[in-house]
Amino acid sequence: MATGHDDHHHGPAKGFTRWLYTTNHKDIGSMYLWFSFAMFLLGGSFALVIRAELFQPGLQFVDPNFFNQMTTMHGLVMVFGAVMPAFVGLANWMVPLMIGAPDMALPRMNNWSFWILPFAFAMMSSTLFMDGGGPNFGWTFYAPLSTTFAPKSVTFFIFAVHMMGASSIMGSINIIATIQNLRAPGMTYMKMPLFVWTWLITAYLLIAVMPVLAGVVTMMLFDIHFGTSFFSAAGGGDPVLFQHVFWFFGHPEVYIMILPAFGVVSEIIPTFSRKRLFGYDSMVYATSSIAFLSFIVWAHHMFTTGMPLAGELFFMYSTMLIAVPTGVKVFNWITTMFKGSISFETPMLFSIAFVVLFTMGGFTGLMLAIAPADFQYQDTYFVVAHFHYVLVPGAVFSIMAAAYYWLPKWTGNMYDESLGKLHFWLSFVGINVLFFPQHFLGLAGMPRRVPDYALQFANFNMISSIGAFLFGFSQLLFLFIVIKTVKGGKKATTQVWEGAEGLEWTVPSPAPYHTFSTPPPIK
Amino acid sequence: MLPSLSVNTITSFFNAVSRRYRRILLVLTLVFGSPALLADWALNMREGITEVSRETYSLHMTIIWICVAIGVVVYGVLVYSLFAYRKSKGAVPAKFNHNTTAEIIWTFIPFVILIAMAIPSTRVLMKIYDTEDAVMDIQITGYQWRWQYKYLSDKGAPVVYFSNLATPAEQYENFAGKVSAEKGENYLLEVDQPLVIPVNKKVRFLLTSADVIHAWWMPDFAIKKDAIPGFMNQAAVIAEKPGIYRGQCAELCGRMHGFMPIVVEVKEQADYDAWFAAKQAAAQAVADMTSKEFNREQLVEMGQTVYTTYCMACHQANGQGLPPTFPALAGSKVANGPIEGQLDVVLHGRKGTAMAAFGTQLSPVDIAAVITYERNSFGNKMGDMATPLQVYQLQQAK
Repeated sequence: MATGHDDHHHGPAKGFTRWLYTTNHKDIGSMYLWFSFAMFLLGGSFALVIRAELFQPGLQFVDPNFFNQMTTMHGLVMVFGAVMPAFVGLANWMVPLMIGAPDMALPRMNNWSFWILPFAFAMMSSTLFMDGGGPNFGWTFYAPLSTTFAPKSVTFFIFAVHMMGASSIMGSINIIATIQNLRAPGMTYMKMPLFVWTWLITAYLLIAVMPVLAGVVTMMLFDIHFGTSFFSAAGGGDPVLFQHVFWFFGHPEVYIMILPAFGVVSEIIPTFSRKRLFGYDSMVYATSSIAFLSFIVWAHHMFTTGMPLAGELFFMYSTMLIAVPTGVKVFNWITTMFKGSISFETPMLFSIAFVVLFTMGGFTGLMLAIAPADFQYQDTYFVVAHFHYVLVPGAVFSIMAAAYYWLPKWTGNMYDESLGKLHFWLSFVGINVLFFPQHFLGLAGMPRRVPDYALQFANFNMISSIGAFLFGFSQLLFLFIVIKTVKGGKKATTQVWEGAEGLEWTVPSPAPYHTFSTPPPIK
Repeated sequence: MLPSLSVNTITSFFNAVSRRYRRILLVLTLVFGSPALLADWALNMREGITEVSRETYSLHMTIIWICVAIGVVVYGVLVYSLFAYRKSKGAVPAKFNHNTTAEIIWTFIPFVILIAMAIPSTRVLMKIYDTEDAVMDIQITGYQWRWQYKYLSDKGAPVVYFSNLATPAEQYENFAGKVSAEKGENYLLEVDQPLVIPVNKKVRFLLTSADVIHAWWMPDFAIKKDAIPGFMNQAAVIAEKPGIYRGQCAELCGRMHGFMPIVVEVKEQADYDAWFAAKQAAAQAVADMTSKEFNREQLVEMGQTVYTTYCMACHQANGQGLPPTFPALAGSKVANGPIEGQLDVVLHGRKGTAMAAFGTQLSPVDIAAVITYERNSFGNKMGDMATPLQVYQLQQAK
């Protein structure tokens, strides 16, 4: 009788309403992760339209206007639909488990911040079917292309961005409240796992900049519908103001997508090196420095707008400085592996690839910081290669590493290790075939966001497209592996990985619906 | 069932990949077998033909080699660790997790490298920003989707002209496998009238835009500057070698962003002077044409050329447009209504839409011709005509 009573209150509800009404951090975490994977496939299919069109010179498949809608929607869906919700999903699942909390601090808001997202993205995707087409002005939506010259659907785009912003702000408030208030007694800040640290900093970045994004789209809305001229020079406004406001949001946004990735690999590398993370303190300080610098480098996206020389110099120097804390992090990861005892399970493979390829993106980032050279790189495929190297083998690989790493804890089953490794190698080869040649294309002079190109760019574009299809279809293998693991497999132990340390590895696999109802002791 | 599905999926996937791979191999053999096509594998930035572009190139190469050097060390230690400390070889983990000396060193060394890079970068940037003492000014205005060049510092008839993509649509419209024309050598990088400047003279460009933001990029000059509506940006060049140089618009500016190339012809001073004199004479001739009489057939014929260059990208060759963004002209109220209405739309554009004000872009003869063409084509049978004088008077009245 007593047991039945407990089950009634503490087990998950049945059917669809379980997911609709749930306030459980594990359920919400899972929903975030599935949603982000669906968006990853949607955004990926947009990318494949782009790469199919660019396979050969000439316009073969889509009208240039539709091509522009694809580049725009690919960027928006990947940034706001795939990468950010995936990290929020990981935070939902893992932060309470890592700090010994029973749930997130604000469970009802947690439910709401998730359920906004499917509606926001349904609205944004529906613009593709509207008269005049969807947003076609790039994910950076520079005015006046996105105001005076925009398709009518831009209003729906603005509303969708507002909804995503509300979701992100609520999500980040929740994460901050959880980390600052619900740590198990004895878990001081400098004992927190690095994933928790990086998410705490990320959440503050989100709260700081999402309102700025909301501001800039609201100014657009007023320009379009209410006769203001914030971004129109003809009415006394300033198109460059748009870029300043956008990038004041946009640059911290870049770090919002990479800091949690730093946290993930800082968990995984020590586990599979069987050695504590090297330089924990300096990792925390480096992450904080990067977060601070992210607020004072935004105009390096705008070197060609004709800023005064003093402005160019300031943003060039501050941008170059980012290399210092980023370097510290890379050196720390490598030194963690140095003199360890390394094994190469799938999460470790993705993490090593992260270190190698993110560093590649770091090198090109340093090159882009050099303002005079940036005049030649800006708005070319060199930039496309740069930010895809930090976002795909950076952010996306870390998310995959995290999924393989914690999947046994989530499902209670081990994933198929040989299929996981196959997925890794297909992704690794695919991604490099896809993006490495784009460095050459950019340096040789191919602008970004063009549906067609001169003949000297034909060969590398064809190679790049082949890599894109290889990488894209490999992700279906990932879906298959995850479903297979959810359905069954070798039972996972409590600790799962030999070298794993931390509170999440002290609860059974799969993690029970409720964990840490009483706080665990902290050594 | 699941494992067999996965094996099938993977096998068929590999088959698909290997089919594509054969194609790539074919491309590789073809290209490396023929030296003429080696340029297709361009890997690096061009050095260009100005002092600034060479210095930019050298900054670029310096930073690349610094990155390569850091990469060799970092990746070297990583790869060594991955091999030397494998658990499968019985590696036992060390206990250290902290080393203040090492951490200070690897914070300090990058800092020194960055300062070493910042100094030459600052020097080159200051040189790029020096646009003083130019012998001539050219105003460059971005339009959707063409460039206008206006020579400012000379006397006589004004030299203003548009530079349009010269690659015919038959070359790039390959929808549904259609290949109606072979792509030319300078496919998408050729224009009807290039910008012409003299060699070894400091020329200043003043950049602005008539609609959205464009960016004027000439890799061989190391110039990329945004053309922003309501703003006037500056850039300067001293081109050191005569020749033809090609670039493209670098800022997403709408549907035909990929189709507004930039071509600059650098000429010896004498050749430049001759070209400029001819341009001025032609400008005078256009002014004279405005007062000339034309009949409808002549205007329709001239109008078709104007239409192909300026209107077809949106309203399409058959006048059907791409509704609702780009409305049809065939059977439209404007093209089949009072001619004053159409003159107004073409001269002043439609606010809030992609329809530009062509009154400032085209000559009176061209506007009269294109309006007459549109009223008597695509099934429109108005039978009337606009005259250059009529257009000229409307332009002056504005």
